Amino acid sequence: MMAGPGGGSSDVQWCFSQVKGAMDDDVAEADIISTVEFNQSGELLATGDKGGRVVIFQQEPESKSQPLRRGEYNVYSTFQSHEPEFDYLKSLEIEEKINKIRWLPQKNAAHFLLSTNDKTIKLWKISERDKRPEGYNLKEEDGRYKDPSTVTTLRVPVLMPMDLMVEASPRRVFANAHTYHINSISINSDCETYLSADDLRINLWHQEITDRSFNIVDIKPANMEDLTEVITAAEFHPNQCNTFVYSSSKGTIRLCDMRASALCDKHTKMFEEPEDPNNRSFFSEIISSISDVKFSNNGRYMMTRDYLSIKIWDLCMETRPVETYQVHEYLRSKLCSLYENDCIFDKFECCWNGNDSVVMTGSYNNFFRMFDRGYQQDVTYEASRENSRPRSILKPRKISTGGKRKKDEISVDSLDFSKKIIHTAWHPLDNIIAVATTNNLYIFQDKLN
Amino acid sequence: MSFATAMEVNVEARRILAVSISKLYASRSQRGGLRLHRSLLLSMVMRSARDIYHSSRESELASGEQPAAEEPMDTNCDPKEKARLAPEPADSSADMAPEVPDKDESDCDVAEDKENHSPTKQSRKRRGKASAAPDFLPSKRARLEPGEERYAAPPGSCRAGLGDSLSALSLNQVIPAF
Repeated sequence: MMAGPGGGSSDVQWCFSQVKGAMDDDVAEADIISTVEFNQSGELLATGDKGGRVVIFQQEPESKSQPLRRGEYNVYSTFQSHEPEFDYLKSLEIEEKINKIRWLPQKNAAHFLLSTNDKTIKLWKISERDKRPEGYNLKEEDGRYKDPSTVTTLRVPVLMPMDLMVEASPRRVFANAHTYHINSISINSDCETYLSADDLRINLWHQEITDRSFNIVDIKPANMEDLTEVITAAEFHPNQCNTFVYSSSKGTIRLCDMRASALCDKHTKMFEEPEDPNNRSFFSEIISSISDVKFSNNGRYMMTRDYLSIKIWDLCMETRPVETYQVHEYLRSKLCSLYENDCIFDKFECCWNGNDSVVMTGSYNNFFRMFDRGYQQDVTYEASRENSRPRSILKPRKISTGGKRKKDEISVDSLDFSKKIIHTAWHPLDNIIAVATTNNLYIFQDKLN
Repeated sequence: MSFATAMEVNVEARRILAVSISKLYASRSQRGGLRLHRSLLLSMVMRSARDIYHSSRESELASGEQPAAEEPMDTNCDPKEKARLAPEPADSSADMAPEVPDKDESDCDVAEDKENHSPTKQSRKRRGKASAAPDFLPSKRARLEPGEERYAAPPGSCRAGLGDSLSALSLNQVIPAF
């Protein structure tokens, strides 16, 4: 039983650090976490939920008294990003659920993030205020205007310290550009533009300009009867500002170069693995749909997640992935039941660690999986209340697929499919991970010796 | 394919079709509107189920079994469709199964076009059994999100091909969806 992969060495041990969110069994629908994202420094961790709220956690600086323990994440700011809306023309309600959050690279003291629901993207500024002016001439401290006849002297207001207040304010609202449901946003390395993708189109925005966007991909057929695939995810390359990829429901990934033409309908590269005829089944098409695509931090690879596996692609090779990892192959024989209970439609995400040596994704029963690319090891952990004692070491879990179930193994039939980990995030620089169960956020870190 | 296996596949395909249709209906009342991706995947499964259903019926017929007697189409059929359907009983049973899917496709396209242009012509509806149970699919054309039209097609093309038992089977699932 391996200790667990991570950071390129096989002796990383993952420990429970914190859990956020209500611990009762009754989950309010609005509290369901719908996205998790670290910022570029890892100091801030944002979550979005189905109720349209964003909660940002900030890592405390390491304390001098406990130098070997990393700082904890505590609530920094909470705000209502999106509200439910009603589209009167189509008689449709627009959900306030936050689909994605992406942090902008930090340029000054304030932090900026983009958050999106199905139709509208918003740019939020999160800033700190720890001083306030006092000593106005015309106003009392409580804001009421003084009677001018009582003012006999003039003074200059001074800035006095106050309790830290973190304010979130919407700076831009990018609306009315998407007919279909937005599934991705991605910030360009040029620090000026970003893309937003829905089922059929991808738009390019300037971060400052809200009243127009450029359509760069449009796969809507002239006749909707001919529709065979939709866009499922899109991302800009981490350092080539002209390059982006988008994945499809048919299991293909197209890489586009914006220098080639204004409308990138013709891809520069198409990544597709021929289907294994042995695995052909009734639900083959559904499970080949890609739910997430992420470039590696170094920009040389990309990772895709489909229902049963993770694939790592070398950007130079289109014909097949360079690595394939089975996340929960034991579900292949249960696809019919998973179709009936809707689990087959779950859109799992995936993420890289900081140096691209390990990838992580979620599964059912509150399991999540890590695959160490260098050591070719994989491990399964569980995010559960039972493992929530401070700094308790996570024990690898095993699923028994054969007839004989060993002690400590879990049989496939006893997996709880209502407990799924869809959203996971890895700190960009450190071995800290954030894993979202339905309404709780678990933070794990590696054990420092 | 042995008869037993063909029967199993047949039953399974019909069950999956019924489940898919009920999912499609449930998604119409979902918050946030019809999800294009989900609808596309549902329609793909339904198409596969329908194809498998038809091919397993072919092998049923090939192994000499009579298919379940098809109810005659409702009395509001277009005369054109009546004429098409009338020769069917006269054909050899072996011809019927392959013919039906082809008809389904063209009927479906034509029927759907008709639906687009004149919503009153609901020629495929089984009015005969309507008194006993609600219609298999609602007569009122639902609000559209772009792309929804596409997914009216598969149910339409399934209707003619399936036996009665499917509509009875699925009604229990369709009704709660409303």
